[in-house]
Amino acid sequence: MVQMSRRDFVKITGTGLALATLPGFIRSGIAGVKPGDNPYNFYFQRFGIDEDTIRKVMTEALHYGGDYCDLFFQNQLSNSIRLQDNIVNSASTNVTLGVGIRVLKGDQTGYSFTEDISLASMKAAARTAAGIASGSPKKAPLTFNATKLMNYYDTNVSWEDVGVKDKVGMLQAINDDVFKEDPRVVKASVNFSDSENYILVVNSEGGIATDYQPMLRISVGCTAEQDGRRENNYFDYSARDDIRFLTPERLKRLPREAVARTMRLFEALTPPAGEFPVVLAAGSAGILLHEAIGHGMEADFNRQGISVYSEKMNEKIAEPFVTIVDDGTNTNVRGSINVDDEGVASEETVLVENGVLRTFMHDRISAKHYGVKPTGSGRRESFKHYPMPRMRNTYMRSGPHEYEEMIATVKYGILADQFTNGQVNIGPGDFTFYVKSGSLIENGKITTPIKDVNIIGNGPEVLKRVTMVSNDMKMAEGGWTCGKNGQGVPVSMGMPSLLVSSITVGGRG
Amino acid sequence: MEKNVYLDLGYWVQKKAKQLGVTESALGINHSRSVSVDFRDGEVEKLKESTQQSMSIQIFANGRYSSHSTNDLRKESLEKFLTNAVDLTSFLEKDEFRKLPDPELYEGQPQIDLDLNDSKQGDVTADERLNRAKELGAGLEGKDERIISISSGFHDSHSETYHLKSNGFEGHKESTSFTHGASVSMQGAGDKKPEGWRYYRARHLEDLVGAGQTASEALARTQDRIGAEKVSTETMPLLLENSNAAGLFWRIMYPLSAGAIQQKNSFLEGKQDTQIASSILSIVDDPAIVRGLGSRYYDGDGIAAKEMPLITNGVLNNYFIDVYYGNKLGWKPTSGGSSNLIVKPGNRSGSEIEADLDRGILVTDWLGGNANSTTGDFSLGVAGWLIENGKRVKSITEMNISGNYNELLMNLTEVGNDPWIHSSFRTPTMLFDKVSFSGS
Repeated sequence: MVQMSRRDFVKITGTGLALATLPGFIRSGIAGVKPGDNPYNFYFQRFGIDEDTIRKVMTEALHYGGDYCDLFFQNQLSNSIRLQDNIVNSASTNVTLGVGIRVLKGDQTGYSFTEDISLASMKAAARTAAGIASGSPKKAPLTFNATKLMNYYDTNVSWEDVGVKDKVGMLQAINDDVFKEDPRVVKASVNFSDSENYILVVNSEGGIATDYQPMLRISVGCTAEQDGRRENNYFDYSARDDIRFLTPERLKRLPREAVARTMRLFEALTPPAGEFPVVLAAGSAGILLHEAIGHGMEADFNRQGISVYSEKMNEKIAEPFVTIVDDGTNTNVRGSINVDDEGVASEETVLVENGVLRTFMHDRISAKHYGVKPTGSGRRESFKHYPMPRMRNTYMRSGPHEYEEMIATVKYGILADQFTNGQVNIGPGDFTFYVKSGSLIENGKITTPIKDVNIIGNGPEVLKRVTMVSNDMKMAEGGWTCGKNGQGVPVSMGMPSLLVSSITVGGRG
Repeated sequence: MEKNVYLDLGYWVQKKAKQLGVTESALGINHSRSVSVDFRDGEVEKLKESTQQSMSIQIFANGRYSSHSTNDLRKESLEKFLTNAVDLTSFLEKDEFRKLPDPELYEGQPQIDLDLNDSKQGDVTADERLNRAKELGAGLEGKDERIISISSGFHDSHSETYHLKSNGFEGHKESTSFTHGASVSMQGAGDKKPEGWRYYRARHLEDLVGAGQTASEALARTQDRIGAEKVSTETMPLLLENSNAAGLFWRIMYPLSAGAIQQKNSFLEGKQDTQIASSILSIVDDPAIVRGLGSRYYDGDGIAAKEMPLITNGVLNNYFIDVYYGNKLGWKPTSGGSSNLIVKPGNRSGSEIEADLDRGILVTDWLGGNANSTTGDFSLGVAGWLIENGKRVKSITEMNISGNYNELLMNLTEVGNDPWIHSSFRTPTMLFDKVSFSGS
């Protein structure tokens, strides 16, 4: 499908993937590397390649004189297991293996991929991608140097070493707790998925980088009945982590939150329609940043001059207590990456500093266009896709106000605290986010719960209306996936609680 | 690999699975090739070409169930992959409802040639793709001085899948898809850069709407967005453009499924044979439209595709019942999901209905929002036009519509005679009364 629409979205990830070990490959860690080996030898073995093979494929990719080429090798093992109707009755696994080959000529991209990592197949794919250029052949680099990287995932245990039996017991215990929590519960479901992503990126400038990217997500759904009415809600965690993330405290909180969030909906009303002050609770309210400014700061849209922020660099766009970053370096957070999918080291990128627009998020193409360093934001869904500037973990730093002080200023408005999805039109800057649950604020006090309401606003206008930011910045806990041009990547977000003085709430009447 | 190579591999996997103790299995092997060409402002922006293959297998072993997929189809890899899959399955709990379909359900596939595969796709040359993508954008250059950027693209693909089930089902699907379109960005008021787009998709290249029309529609849809603003909160009629109406109706497909009902997450549970919508609404699922975007011979379970009324004169006739949740509910399976959904057209065109509207909002675009399948509540972002006395008086954006599907469907007052045929959900223009719009 053509992805003509630039309506980029973010949503809570659906149930996913799978349990599998990939046969014939060395297990995770760097166990296969002998002393004195290059640090990327483990990955060479995993993909069955060597430097000579890479050079041959690159020579083919640069056959028509491309400016640059890169090879993105990927092997992802995913597992999922599900409990429904009180039994752990379904599991799935997925294995993905392949290499994507990209050739750049100016701003132009030639792309091809193959699932067969043989020299012949890779050369054929390289020749296809090479066709974006039309000049004389160029040579592949003689040597490759490993890019220096930090490790932002504190993990010890491979998901391959976690038995299905353990997962089955864990899901059953959560299910039992959901039903114990409240007699109104009529259905519960638990989905657990984990994955391990091994990548190797090597480019014609001689850079080589590798990464092992673990991920987990666990989600508990609950349906309850009261007086002939039904409500459904969920709670989930996601992290770039190993099994140690699932502490007894978190395993207890999952069912408790899922049930509490469901029961609250029985008391909830649909709020009235119109423009109101809205307080966003700390945490996943970062969805506002993701939509209102994040996508608009991705440099590809700005390079093309089509973002509402294209001409705003170094201008004041918000109050001085507003600082917004996109950060790939938060330990074990879902959107963190040690290296991006173009082999550039991850970093913390300051998008808005004390209210002033500072930096776009760059991939190699846009960085070259603007004459700046890439920001480690070049990400892709898989080897089947070319990279683009993407967000990682987008959040606002804590501000000078207190939460209670903020609530007290609102005469009549909304407190929004659970979100499921958002979307934006980059050009005009209009964006939305869906509030699954929240409360009314009346005369400075939190009163009746509310539910199921879409909030819509214009990015630059709403940023100007952020009039108070409190000192309680918190990262989202759930599994957010961001969609852009048909590619999904894991992201996270965070927010201190804040006040938007006026925004359109999609209530009724 | 040639056709028989994939089928042979399928038989081999089936045999291996049986040797490993798998009682029943359902297998799909797919291979596809796709090419996409995208232009921006007269230059190639991206060229992408790929072939891929994958295998998926559902395992039914001694009452236990799991599903697996891989794109590594080497036999030595598959053997280990299967061993692991079977191992894993043994740790799960038994589920008596996981079964292959009753083979009776495989009978009665459409007997006509659905013509889903354009045999001429293989003849499309690289130059033709480039020219088609370029032409679409080139037609717009200089058409409006406010244009900032024009992107245009041409994508085509060929896909072939074999399905094998251990209780006798063998199926083969082959189809092509062609898509082209353009997207335009313009300088609007202040910093706003409204964007609009139009793309069309067809099974056969010759059925694609012409490049000239596609491009002019993309341009007009962008020009329409210039100066758009919200208007005051008001309850008034909602006129839904035909190409956009499906966006409202896709959201009731999950509540219409046996899975949602069995999991107690459907506001449409217990509504079969009752009036759920205005009597002017009829929707049929028709899998046998020649060259239809949703046409098929059989569904994901292998159930033979048959025409099925969903809603007739406002009365709910059928749910989408797949084999698994059908077993759980004790209901006979119909199909797990839709093929082509056809809304029965009315008598007047969209423009005639619009000309007759005293005051209301024409919705031409959605922006985010969501619906609650358990209660039927919805809240969706919209853009379009404020209509007064039959005229488009103001372009609007940044507004929401909110309500409950139970009321909304009853408030459908007119259906146009202009179904949008470029989608698997063919909706005409639709007019609803008393919809809550929130704005300033």
